Amino acid sequence: MDFILIILASGVATGTVLLYATVGEAFSERSGILNLGVEGMMLIGAMTAYKVSAATNNPWLGLLVAMFAAGAISQVHAFITITLQSDQVVSGLALNFLAIGISLVLGEGLTSLRDVVPSLPSFSIPVLVQIPILGRIFFTNQSVMVYLGFIFVPLAWYYINRTRPGLHLRAVGEYPAAADTLGIGVYSLRYFYVFVGGLLAGLGGATISLSISPGWFGALTTAGQGWIAIGLVIFAQWNPVRAAFGAYTFGALRRLVLDIQGPATLLGFANPFFYNPHNAFFLKMIPFAFTIVVLVIGSREANRKRIGTPSALGLPYIRGQRGL
Amino acid sequence: MNQEKLSTETEIVVRMSGVSKRFPGVLANDQVDFDLRKGEVHALLGENGAGKSTLMNVLAGMYRADGGTITVHDQLVDFGSPREAIEAGIGMVHQHFMLVPSQSVTENILLGLDEPRFRMHLPQYNRKIEQMAEQYGLHVDPAARIWQLTVGEQQRVEILKMLYRGADVLIMDEPTAVLAPSEIDELFNTLRSMTAQGKSIVFISHKLHEVMDISDRVTVLQKGAVTSSGVPTADVTRADLARMMVGREVVFRIDKKDVEIGDVVLSVEGLKADNEKGLPALRGVDLNVHAGEIVGLAGVAGNGQSELSETLAGLREALDGKVMVHGEDVTNKSVKSGIRQGISLVPADRTLVGTAPNLSVTDNVIMKNYDQSPIGHGWMVNSTEAGNYATELKDDYDIMVPTIDTSVRLLSGGNLQKVILAREISSDPKLMIAVQPTRGLDVGAIEGVQKLLLEQRESGAAILLISEELEELLSLSDRIYVIYEGEIMGEVLDGDIDKIGQMMTGTRLEQIDTQGDA
Amino acid sequence: MTDTDMKKSASRFKLPFSVKIEPRVDDPPKWFSPMLSVIAVVFALLIGALVIWLGGGEPWKAYAHIARYSFGSVGVLSDTMVKAIPLMLVGLACSLAFRMKLWNIGAEGQFYLGAFGASMIVLLPVLPEDAPKWLFIITMIISGMLFGALWGFIPGFLKAKYNVNEIISTLMMNYIAIEWNNYFIYAVWSEGGFQMSRMFQRNAWLPRFSDLGKTIPFFRGLTTHMGLLFAIIAAVILWWILAKSQWGYEIRLIGDNPRAAEYAGVSIKKNVVLVMMLSGALAGLAGMSEITGVVHRLQGAISPGYGYTGIIIAWLAKLNPLAVILVSILFGALILAGREVQPSGIPTLIQGVIIVALIASDYFLRNRVSITRRMEE
Repeated sequence: MDFILIILASGVATGTVLLYATVGEAFSERSGILNLGVEGMMLIGAMTAYKVSAATNNPWLGLLVAMFAAGAISQVHAFITITLQSDQVVSGLALNFLAIGISLVLGEGLTSLRDVVPSLPSFSIPVLVQIPILGRIFFTNQSVMVYLGFIFVPLAWYYINRTRPGLHLRAVGEYPAAADTLGIGVYSLRYFYVFVGGLLAGLGGATISLSISPGWFGALTTAGQGWIAIGLVIFAQWNPVRAAFGAYTFGALRRLVLDIQGPATLLGFANPFFYNPHNAFFLKMIPFAFTIVVLVIGSREANRKRIGTPSALGLPYIRGQRGL
Repeated sequence: MNQEKLSTETEIVVRMSGVSKRFPGVLANDQVDFDLRKGEVHALLGENGAGKSTLMNVLAGMYRADGGTITVHDQLVDFGSPREAIEAGIGMVHQHFMLVPSQSVTENILLGLDEPRFRMHLPQYNRKIEQMAEQYGLHVDPAARIWQLTVGEQQRVEILKMLYRGADVLIMDEPTAVLAPSEIDELFNTLRSMTAQGKSIVFISHKLHEVMDISDRVTVLQKGAVTSSGVPTADVTRADLARMMVGREVVFRIDKKDVEIGDVVLSVEGLKADNEKGLPALRGVDLNVHAGEIVGLAGVAGNGQSELSETLAGLREALDGKVMVHGEDVTNKSVKSGIRQGISLVPADRTLVGTAPNLSVTDNVIMKNYDQSPIGHGWMVNSTEAGNYATELKDDYDIMVPTIDTSVRLLSGGNLQKVILAREISSDPKLMIAVQPTRGLDVGAIEGVQKLLLEQRESGAAILLISEELEELLSLSDRIYVIYEGEIMGEVLDGDIDKIGQMMTGTRLEQIDTQGDA
Repeated sequence: MTDTDMKKSASRFKLPFSVKIEPRVDDPPKWFSPMLSVIAVVFALLIGALVIWLGGGEPWKAYAHIARYSFGSVGVLSDTMVKAIPLMLVGLACSLAFRMKLWNIGAEGQFYLGAFGASMIVLLPVLPEDAPKWLFIITMIISGMLFGALWGFIPGFLKAKYNVNEIISTLMMNYIAIEWNNYFIYAVWSEGGFQMSRMFQRNAWLPRFSDLGKTIPFFRGLTTHMGLLFAIIAAVILWWILAKSQWGYEIRLIGDNPRAAEYAGVSIKKNVVLVMMLSGALAGLAGMSEITGVVHRLQGAISPGYGYTGIIIAWLAKLNPLAVILVSILFGALILAGREVQPSGIPTLIQGVIIVALIASDYFLRNRVSITRRMEE
């Protein structure tokens, strides 16, 4: 029991990274722009956060700068896809290369700074911590970023579904021509939400390097989580609440893969991963294989229900041209 | 705006003088004068491509004019965006509705407004919109989502959207194109009630009888220039308008040669199929087409026409029923086998379905026979043969294109349709399914396309013509079926418009006949 | 100055020329697109120079260094070719898939599986140790390509059957492939506890130019291996398929407008699976040739991201198989000599800038930009 609680608790922590990145991508896609550069933007965020914290000894400043750095790099994609109207898939891939390249160049030498760089605080929430089970999973000695995530998800949901800017966001992604005739700035809103996607991806990256697994390990810092986030957006059907569910599940899965190698016995049986650690290579495949499974489920569901995918996702908007 | 003038007949709300608009290669509007009086319906008449929509798009702020002046309530204006036009009281209801399908009626109406500031109090606004709908007789449920509404209801939402923004000038771009006859009557009633309340309406159309019906005055455009400016509708005849519109005497009936009707080519029995959403689109369709006849399929858009054409061509799965071509069962056979059987399809959407935009003219015309001798050769495509074939079609069908290597995305709509027709006809089809073959083309191109269809008929092909243009169906077809919600309501041999109209709204032929008898 | 004055002067001030951008109404000339690619590369190199300079290095020295250590002599040119061979094959793999707008980002994983498939022949072993060289080469090619094709088939099938986004699935397959290989390196074929297999016996090596060194002294010490031949043959075949064959026509048709392809009776699902498999097989062949031509054993980190660089190469070559060969040599040089440039992320960064500049430049393929002097208006 204890073992499971530990995995779930650290799963929530790990999942928080995915949560920010996934919701960020959901914002971008809701506005009609597919940004495949999440992995690169997260890496920029992780690198910047770590570098700035190391230089200023202030992790909060690091966090802030990281968000804006990732937001800034996202604007390259915004410019290419919105203003130049080039292919969003190729541009997103290109952004990845660019962002990873920049991160590696600027991140040179950061690895050796381990244990010198201050991390973001972790603490337990009084009162809530006493709730049986849930208190242990969600409110015991978690990073401040985890708690921010709890607040962030409902806010994001409310913003998208119940406010005027959210209404405009949905309109721009569903039917930009309609939004345009009513005086909604399609281009500027898309720029803005791509930027929001960048901010949140940067936040996710910073959460890794400053809190969840502190340090800078080059491209291994994010280790494909940006791609998993893009897969999760489809599963989440562009809904922050479903995104949170998916992110925490994935976080738990990632932790399970790491932690299951610890105990000598599992449910009373000899633990095959303890006695032959090589079997762990198969364990490590699970999160990636599971992403594919989730995609299959997500696609089938999206086929059944028409709602979900923003209709104009992936299409450039050109005023006066026919179509969406 | 506080200079409340007396509502006399002569108060001019909008005046456009000498307005020109140029697009690359086309002069869409050439020094056009147009004025709109308070409380009138002013029809803007012209063929497709005459520049009606362009002119009104300039007025509605979608485009900026290259020359001329516009005044609204005697104030000089120069709209940079639709929003500015709406703020000046000018709203446009586009041919393709500008509504977000997944959002509710109220959400669509509130879109882009400054009120509410942040939080949406939907119930409160629902009530407000309900009241407004009542005032103008535009009944619609404010909480319903757009995709749940009929086309007629969606149009009402569009009108409400403009009224909510305080528009006193309403531009309706071909509003009847998507409506059934009874819905058209309802729309006209609404328009009359709005003019009675002091609104002014621009009614864009190319349908003469509607213009005669609803408008107080009419301005006619031909090739971007005005041929008749603001004459009272009562003073002109239909024939006058037709002449001003086309620039020559129009033959209302196309010369159709007598062709001997041959064997049954296509026979469809009890055909059922679903649409993309998995909802039934065809609920048991029965029809047949003989060699040497053009059979029309009339119906309001979205009643299963496109699903029918796709199912016949093998693009959509038939869930039940039978499709026979020349006595052979072809139900759910592959598209390719349909092509080999001599089924050809002119799709409704030229750019989305009919052509590959970035491929050359050659690559586009060999789409159906790239794997057949002489163009297909073993595993290869014989590029010399393909080139010869393309050149031949280019000359035969008079396709205006610099070379056969040009990408087809650079072709005009008329030329693109020629590419498609050339491809579909040159295979000597036994059965030709033509969906909206003249939509969006200019007069000359329309005549060309219709001529090609008639030639096919004379050479003994069976043609199923699916169209939303009743006039076109009446002039070309030997018989007309009417489809409603995926079922054939009946068949008309004599072109009885009244019967067709009733069937388009869901009355079966048997019911009409019994009513007539009684 | 008052507000109105400002406005007046603003309206009075006009540039002596005006820039007009409008959609092209004709196809751009044939030389235009390659020229944009060259400009993109030059632009990227300039940015790279700027970064090196900002980092305190000497950019021109660094580039001269790259040029010398990649093209300076026959020996280093041969090493450049060695780096270019896997790039050529994965570049071809990506070009094929991208022609159909099938975003196979999984060349990296297919490369690993190809390497695994080839190694399996020696290590399992499938063939006896003393089997003839030609038999080894043929079996390893088949096995490597089969495993690559398998790794392409899975996302292809999922796309055809369940409409699963292939970008994510192929990427996930990359990570799985690496763990798969790791398992065999660590657990099954580990030699003496090291994370690598034993060295293959010599008759399982691809022939190299240096093998001819005894008879023709010119070839002495040249490491370029037979994989170059594979890549060139593959490029020619692929070019032929795409430009001349009916299958190639179908691929181009689907790539440009899938709905039109469907309407012309072309099966999209079948082609998705086939193209993913052939694309995977090409990437698998890259892995096979790298293992048997260069590394000669199965180990970790056999690819410094070849599969991802292949994406850039394909794009830079405008998906033209023959151009892929040339572009790969350029990138081979960048990877080979770039290892010595500091900071070490520079080559990745330059690749990133190249592709960003390239995508952006597509705009000029679709639009005509004309600059006219005001006087002429």
